[in-house]
Amino acid sequence: MTFEYAPAPESASIVDIASSYGLFIGGEFVDATSGRSFKSVNPATEEVLADISEAGADDVDRAVRSARTAFESWGSLPGRERAKYLFRIARLVQERARELAVLETIDNGKPIRESRDVDVPLVAAHFFYHAGWADKLEYAGLGRDPRPLGVAAQVIPWNFPLLMLAWKVAPALACGNTVVLKPAETTSLSALAFADICRQAELPAGVVNIVTGAGDTGRLLVEHPGVDKVAFTGSTEVGKAIQRAVAGTGKRLTLELGGKAANIVFDDAPIDEAIEGVVNGIFFNQGHVCCAGSRLLLQESIADEALASLKRRLSTLRLGDPLDKNTDIGAINSLEQLERIRHLAGVGDDEGAERWTADCQLPAKGYWFAPTVFTGVTQAHRIAREEIFGPVLSVLTFRTPDEAVEKANNTPYGLSAGIWTEKGSRILWMADRMRAGVVWANTFNRFDPTSPFGGFKESGFGREGGLHGLAAYLEASDD
Amino acid sequence: MTERIEVRKTWKLYVGGAFVRSESGRTFEVNDATGAFVANAAKASRKDARDAVLAARKGHLAWSAATAYNRGQVLYRVAEMMEGRRAQFVADVRVAEGVDAPSAEQQVDAAIDRMVWYAGWADKLAQVLGTNNPVAGSYFNFTIPAPTGVVAAVAPQHSSLLGLVSVVAPIAVGGNASVVIASAPRPGPAITLTEVLATSDVPAGVVNLLTGDPVEVMPWLAAHADVNALDLTGVDDADLAVALERDAAGTVKRVRRAASTDWEAAPGLGRIRSFLEMKTVWHPMGV
Repeated sequence: MTFEYAPAPESASIVDIASSYGLFIGGEFVDATSGRSFKSVNPATEEVLADISEAGADDVDRAVRSARTAFESWGSLPGRERAKYLFRIARLVQERARELAVLETIDNGKPIRESRDVDVPLVAAHFFYHAGWADKLEYAGLGRDPRPLGVAAQVIPWNFPLLMLAWKVAPALACGNTVVLKPAETTSLSALAFADICRQAELPAGVVNIVTGAGDTGRLLVEHPGVDKVAFTGSTEVGKAIQRAVAGTGKRLTLELGGKAANIVFDDAPIDEAIEGVVNGIFFNQGHVCCAGSRLLLQESIADEALASLKRRLSTLRLGDPLDKNTDIGAINSLEQLERIRHLAGVGDDEGAERWTADCQLPAKGYWFAPTVFTGVTQAHRIAREEIFGPVLSVLTFRTPDEAVEKANNTPYGLSAGIWTEKGSRILWMADRMRAGVVWANTFNRFDPTSPFGGFKESGFGREGGLHGLAAYLEASDD
Repeated sequence: MTERIEVRKTWKLYVGGAFVRSESGRTFEVNDATGAFVANAAKASRKDARDAVLAARKGHLAWSAATAYNRGQVLYRVAEMMEGRRAQFVADVRVAEGVDAPSAEQQVDAAIDRMVWYAGWADKLAQVLGTNNPVAGSYFNFTIPAPTGVVAAVAPQHSSLLGLVSVVAPIAVGGNASVVIASAPRPGPAITLTEVLATSDVPAGVVNLLTGDPVEVMPWLAAHADVNALDLTGVDDADLAVALERDAAGTVKRVRRAASTDWEAAPGLGRIRSFLEMKTVWHPMGV
């Protein structure tokens, strides 16, 4: 007999979404002088959640000036005092954790299980970790007297909206910078909720400014001459445009861009454990993860067994209402992204790869894409080279460790890699050869504020988290 | 008695451990500070730059596979060979920069000492720049530096030896290979340095030295997909620096920008850090 899951929806009543939002500048919400706005939509229901102001040139200018004014006092505030503000923020995030998780799930489409157990706890941890750094920066390995950079322009993506905010804002503030943050246009709400946390923390006005909008707003922000530092997480294409725009300005830059990570399974790996990791590697957060293990490299001798196990496991994943606590796969964040995934999956078909899709019912409304696996993929296929940023896994095989290294590194990206084997010496041998910033051995998609994250090659430069992440927001005194 | 006629040296490029003429057949006249003829240096072309990148990629693979201890010994060996050619370097710097003997000696000594300083870093970087990360979970988590890869660098235009060594050594010590364009008006000491590198057990391709015009050669290197980073230290032309930085964006190259530097001051770790990637490895702990 089959046991059916009863619906287990998390209550949405804990969040209070306003019908419209202004920009958060100088410690208060203000109307955009641009007069323009856009809608934020719940991707699981296509319901309009709120009307959000679009920051124009004057608004961005106002935000940068506000950050500059605030920097004069924030930058020279003793570290121990800055620390206490960040500790406050960490506590406020913990206190409002459920509200933030539900809000994130409604606006982003990710399963509540992930926003509740991964995103929001990591946000609090990130502020807590960096709070402690604020008065210890002389131990950051950047000389005896590292200095803040000034005003940081930060542009973040929609896949982990509040977590990416934390990755950007926490180190910037700990190091004595002030920020103007632009969230992604499809996921502004948790950033706007964060503005309220700044109010509750009594963070000095102008230390954090949030300007909402799309690509134009982002461009106005990173190109603003009053900005000293640009930090961007997003696509490699936009990252390159930003690097080009910043050239010659003297602005400091860190980029966390795309990836096409190899998840490599050797024949001695415990198959079920490895497959669980492979599933987490690509289907976590609907595959909207820059470090997702989107290329599965199976050692040839176990490929059939592993594939069968993979398909069996994928057939048990539950896709649907992101607010349901039993949901594994939520909604695709936007129609635009859904179309991109569909397009690239179609290219996979056209190029001759074999598509397998988990048999699951897609809800009638909203943006959904069932877990999909392509086999018969070669290194020349676009689905093996381009970032799909969705729940689509490309499977390749290898025979020897050398071949695995060769294939894993055969990409312009270099963000992450996964290795599954019981042999310790092989793990270290492989880890040494991976041209990737994060190597997960017998695990995948783990994140921690103490652990530096960032890419090699075209996956960007600079690190976020850990001691190394501080370098992105400090002028070294031993340069 | 007849005065002995000096045997002059042909100045060549140093690519893949070999001394080669420019494939273009071009040279340019190098003069001393008074304007007198010194030599015809090879004028590197786009093709020479591309050959150098190819050699650098091979050199990087060998060099980054060597142990840190070995890299340190090889770089120390470079200092030993420099010491042996101290007189030649002093003469070169005097000709190139038009300085008096004590000033040239001071620079040469500082350059040799700097090479020794950087050599000693090879087997300490992972300890000083690496970390063990106390993640909130049952995982062993560590971060170690890894070389960025192939670095294209423009050596300082004025400080012909000390500046050159101060740019080349920190790139090499982390395991990178480089394609370096020597000071355009003062390439003499760089030519002697290539002879040192060729006799110091530095694997072929780890340092490739070109002479010529950075304005002509660097744009090819800045746009080259197999170059991972740029060191624009010696780019004095602001417009060129901006153009190169812009070109670098095409493949997300790391860029160390031009900045006025006091080469006689003790360096920090900044130049080494500029050409290292931090790699973080996670592994579960359990029985």
